[in-house]
Amino acid sequence: MSIIDKVILIWTSLPPLARGALVTLELTILLLGMGLVVGIFLALGQVYGSYPVSLFITCYERFFRSIPALVLLFLFFFGSSYFGFSLSPFLSAVLALGFRSSAYQSQIFRGAIQSIDEGQMMAARTLGMSKFQAIWNIILPQAFRLAIPPWSNEYSSVLKDTSLAYAVGVIELVREGRYIIVRTFEPMLIYIIVAIIYFFFTYAGNFILGFIEGKIAVPGYERKLGRRMGGSVER
Amino acid sequence: MSRDNNLLLTVDSLHKSYGNEIVLKGVSFELKRGETKVIIGPSGTGKTTLLRCINGLTKPDRGRIWLDGIEITDPKINMDSIRQNIGMVFQNFNLFTHLTALDNVRIGLIKVKKMPKKIATEIAMNMLEKVGLAEKAHFYPAQLSGGQQQRVSIARALAMDPKLILFDEPTSALDPELIGEVLQVMKNLAESGMTMLVVSHEMGFARSVCDEIIFLEGGVIVEQGPPEVMFNCPQNPRTREFLFKISELYGE
Repeated sequence: MSIIDKVILIWTSLPPLARGALVTLELTILLLGMGLVVGIFLALGQVYGSYPVSLFITCYERFFRSIPALVLLFLFFFGSSYFGFSLSPFLSAVLALGFRSSAYQSQIFRGAIQSIDEGQMMAARTLGMSKFQAIWNIILPQAFRLAIPPWSNEYSSVLKDTSLAYAVGVIELVREGRYIIVRTFEPMLIYIIVAIIYFFFTYAGNFILGFIEGKIAVPGYERKLGRRMGGSVER
Repeated sequence: MSRDNNLLLTVDSLHKSYGNEIVLKGVSFELKRGETKVIIGPSGTGKTTLLRCINGLTKPDRGRIWLDGIEITDPKINMDSIRQNIGMVFQNFNLFTHLTALDNVRIGLIKVKKMPKKIATEIAMNMLEKVGLAEKAHFYPAQLSGGQQQRVSIARALAMDPKLILFDEPTSALDPELIGEVLQVMKNLAESGMTMLVVSHEMGFARSVCDEIIFLEGGVIVEQGPPEVMFNCPQNPRTREFLFKISELYGE
């Protein structure tokens, strides 16, 4: 295959790959959003809930963190028809991976909430705030700031895990790539492009999160929290 | 109970234990409007627990508390609305770390008293002015010194226009040279007629400002009386010993 042919191949595969990338992005946003909302409620229940509530949440969280993402995906996809209704591949991917992410995110937020000094809650209650008002106005805004670095890790893994949706037939980035490979027998070239697209999304997402972290950092605290503009974060 | 109109706080035989450890064994005292009382005593004698019972952060096992004629130990009472009337100043300031000094002071007005932002800001700025920190309104707690943080937290308590302010060792976490500014603010407050209950070992403050000293030990009030009496001719040898020790330690 000549250079010219390769350039033409890359050029013609870009539109389908872009379509796939959009689906990947859509999956990522839905998963993360669902995981975020559910995860915060789970974290609050685990920290402030009664014993039965926190026990239930702990079981939920263990369950979803102990089963491989691919198996969860199959359980949701094939399991739905077993129970007499049918989830589309896309929806089962959102639910399976979304619940899984909520379990991980609940631990991110639980850690962040628990690392806030209990004096903050006490001071808020002393002003006459209800527990709910104190959580909403005082605890969560602080917890969010602490949660951004571990959350950007969660973003990176969820983004890449969406490729598993391939297995139940969602036409996302990898599957679009497969379609092109089947036609052209150029796996190396196509997978490199796919890899670059994933890399770009991961990098851009982490850059944005690092930017947000810097933007909402509390003055006087930067050195303690550490500013990582655009870097991926392991901590 | 007598209904002396001048009486603001009545604490009647308060008991509290944590597990097997009995912290309060029947503490009773009264606070009149405009009075300042200082509670002293060795650590672990229930001073903080007593304050927390008064603002409902801890439920006493037995005993009753009245604030301005309302029994606040009544299980049916809405403690959130009662707490608006009781300010609290903590040893560790506990300013909300993600908010500026101004936001710390006005958040209670906006979120709890549901005041319009403009009026809340006006009141908050007045309070910051009162503690001498108006020019630091837009600083975050981490950018303020300990003494400044504690003054902001006093302003935060004041902004709610409380009937009573509880101070839990307000100067114990401060560097020596920062204690003075906080005590000065408290002194001004006491002189302006605020009702204050102060847990502190600042004897200079106790001597010059407060109406009565309460010596708490082992969960009971060993002795209480005006500072002149407590310092000069305490009735109980334990009081004498303790006052001698802390006077030696903290100076006059």
